[in-house]
Amino acid sequence: MKALGIILAGGNSNRMKELSKRRAVPAMPIAGSFRCIDFALSNMTNSHIQRVAVIAQYNAGSITRYLSSSKWWDFGRKQGGLYTFTPTITSDNNWWYRGTADAMYQNIEFLTRCHEPYVIISDGDCIYKLDYNKILDYHVSKKADITVVCKQMPQGEDLSRFGVIRMDDNDRIYEYEEKPMLPNSNIISAGIYVLRRRQLIEMLEKCSEEGRSDFVTDILVRYKNAKQMYGYMLNSYWSNIATIDSYYKTNMDFLQANVRKEFFKDYPKIYSKIDDLPPAKYNTGSDVRNSLITSGCIINSKVENSVLFKKVFVGKNCVIKNSIILNDVYIGDNTHIENCIVESKGTLKANTLYSGENGITVVQERNTRYNI
Amino acid sequence: MLPKIIYTAKILCYTFNTKDPILTRGEDMIKKEMIAMLLAGGQGSRLGVLTSGVAKPAVAFGGKYRIIDFPLSNCINSGIDTVGVLTQYQPLLLNKHIGIGIPWDLDRNNGGVTVLPPYEKSDDSQWYTGTANAIYQNLRYMESYNPDYVLILSGDHIYKMDYEVMLEFHKENHADITLATMPVPLEEASRFGVVIADQDKKVLEFEEKPEHPGSNLASMGIYIFSWNILKEALLSMKSQHNCDFGKHIIPYCHNKNDRIFAFEYDGYWKDVGTLGSYWEANMELIDLIPEFNLYEEYWKIYTKSDIIEPQYLSSEAVVERSIVGEGTDIYGEVYNSVIGPGVYIGKNTIIRDSIIMRDTYIGDNVSINKAIIADNCKIGDDAVLGDGDEKPSRLNEKVYEFGLVTLGEDSVIPKGVKIGKNTAISGNTDMSDYDNNVLESGGYIIKAGEKL
Repeated sequence: MKALGIILAGGNSNRMKELSKRRAVPAMPIAGSFRCIDFALSNMTNSHIQRVAVIAQYNAGSITRYLSSSKWWDFGRKQGGLYTFTPTITSDNNWWYRGTADAMYQNIEFLTRCHEPYVIISDGDCIYKLDYNKILDYHVSKKADITVVCKQMPQGEDLSRFGVIRMDDNDRIYEYEEKPMLPNSNIISAGIYVLRRRQLIEMLEKCSEEGRSDFVTDILVRYKNAKQMYGYMLNSYWSNIATIDSYYKTNMDFLQANVRKEFFKDYPKIYSKIDDLPPAKYNTGSDVRNSLITSGCIINSKVENSVLFKKVFVGKNCVIKNSIILNDVYIGDNTHIENCIVESKGTLKANTLYSGENGITVVQERNTRYNI
Repeated sequence: MLPKIIYTAKILCYTFNTKDPILTRGEDMIKKEMIAMLLAGGQGSRLGVLTSGVAKPAVAFGGKYRIIDFPLSNCINSGIDTVGVLTQYQPLLLNKHIGIGIPWDLDRNNGGVTVLPPYEKSDDSQWYTGTANAIYQNLRYMESYNPDYVLILSGDHIYKMDYEVMLEFHKENHADITLATMPVPLEEASRFGVVIADQDKKVLEFEEKPEHPGSNLASMGIYIFSWNILKEALLSMKSQHNCDFGKHIIPYCHNKNDRIFAFEYDGYWKDVGTLGSYWEANMELIDLIPEFNLYEEYWKIYTKSDIIEPQYLSSEAVVERSIVGEGTDIYGEVYNSVIGPGVYIGKNTIIRDSIIMRDTYIGDNVSINKAIIADNCKIGDDAVLGDGDEKPSRLNEKVYEFGLVTLGEDSVIPKGVKIGKNTAISGNTDMSDYDNNVLESGGYIIKAGEKL
């Protein structure tokens, strides 16, 4: 492959509230057996990108722990490899990463020492499946300086947390507004960019000289007319995890057959760290409807329209509806859970009711666990 | 000038004095206290069409596992990181499954897993003709690790066992050979090697498959040998035809008064040698608290996991008393069954008391009763499996019994056919293979592989 990959996994999202307390968004569990960052990592490996850097800062431990071995994504190679960069003090820098551009600039040696002509940059908190070779071909055919992958959002959606883009008939980007209050287009940036490595180094150096630090507002937005910037329209599934609602909705999207087909059945596959859990077990009394169940689960009662992550134990006479139960949760008998996200490693006492009213409630329960 | 000459002379001394530590390998040599030799070459002919294309150790078990995962996981959980896997019969799937041993952390710089097939020699090339003969042919492999002890395992049992405890027992007793044994019902003892031991567990008598067993202590086919004893026995018995541990090596060592001890194991151990016991062992996993518990944290069973997605149960699905593997989609009803990964079960399909292995596709309105369906089968809509009364199998009464329907891997069943009990099907069948869309109880259709 003619490109190296950079996954931006550093930011925090306050709108994830309790869920981001213990982990960065790229390390959030998704769709039962995956984590957010699996999608970007798998796309890289499936596009034959061999050298990938993950830039982490907020709760970097959750990411470095998850990336303790690179073999799950096939990066344990002599050629290339998986690199995790966290802020570090050096003789000429003792700052944290002040922004995405600064984060890349602080690791500029990684870029200057490589020989791959192109760089593919992706956010670590997006759920999508994409062969980057397609964008690279597009980038070359358009003779672009920067290619931004774009996604058309449905009318009426709140776009104030995205970068909003306007393109001309030739797909050239002439307007790029970051997180506008009043967007004048429904095409947004999907957080995936392609550019020449030399170009990126030059931009980062200039950016740093001027004391700027953000890749989107200080580079993309400012260069939009000065450089040839093109948009590549993404037509397949794409979702960004930044709020509790988007997290809930993305997980629920996997109950749709077409989403499952795209990510689970179609070649190539999404890879994840292997946990060696036994198959899911359904005992007498289990009644599971329209739900995703992951390995290691033991189910004794009713589950409906829900996503159960790894190693969830559901006791007798429970009702779980429209909920997401994260990894390793124990649910005692006669518990009723509706419209909730149950935080991982929780233990829910028997005979309790959790119900999200006016939206989704995050449940965190740390009771003592006796059995299993 | 003088010192230089002395120096040169010294170097010459070193060069020609072979006893010098620089020139012998001594302590720098690779050293493994115990290595394991896993016999995985058997056919398992009593599993019928299930093993017509795969070796028995590679047959699926318990939803996502294969039988060989159990001894391999036991090895790594017991701290044994050097395992030779001896393959012979239909090794393709087995080789693919083991690979370089990543799932069991047996991908090591030093040791790890090595697949050992029979090989051609400058003289006397032969297949592995018996368990001990197979080990004999790999003396060089074992020697290269310079072990103190060698653990001999077979790749077709379901159990969890800490071999380190057995090794402690071996050392405490200053034993030459330790046999793992377990009590079995006396009437079944004649199927095993039977051990009579004294109070200190020293073996007084060993009989292989005796007609009138003198004890109910059965050998499990798991042995720890002190390396020099094993090497000596294998070399002395090398011309023995079909050299076997139970029949030849143990009696040979017993006759020359080696210290043989019986280590008593009291956990779950199952020989899944017949279709009946294979089916039963799978069904035992479904119990509320199974005797063989896969959900324990401290003794994990590892396997190659290439399907990792969660399973989906649709709004019409009913699943009770079953275990289900990753990435399976269920639109029908499943009761008392073990379903592997990547399976699809269509609408209004009812499955009872069955084992469905990975990547099998089952259409709509199918009824399956007491069947074992191997990897990658396709079952057309409206088919009925396990229908009617039991009749003895016309193919092999001793293999196809217990009222089971058995499908070999990659089999295809056309739409709307009825298949009776004690039946066997292997290969891509179409309507012309069935009489009026029916395969009577006891019948068989074998279009691929051997008739077993």
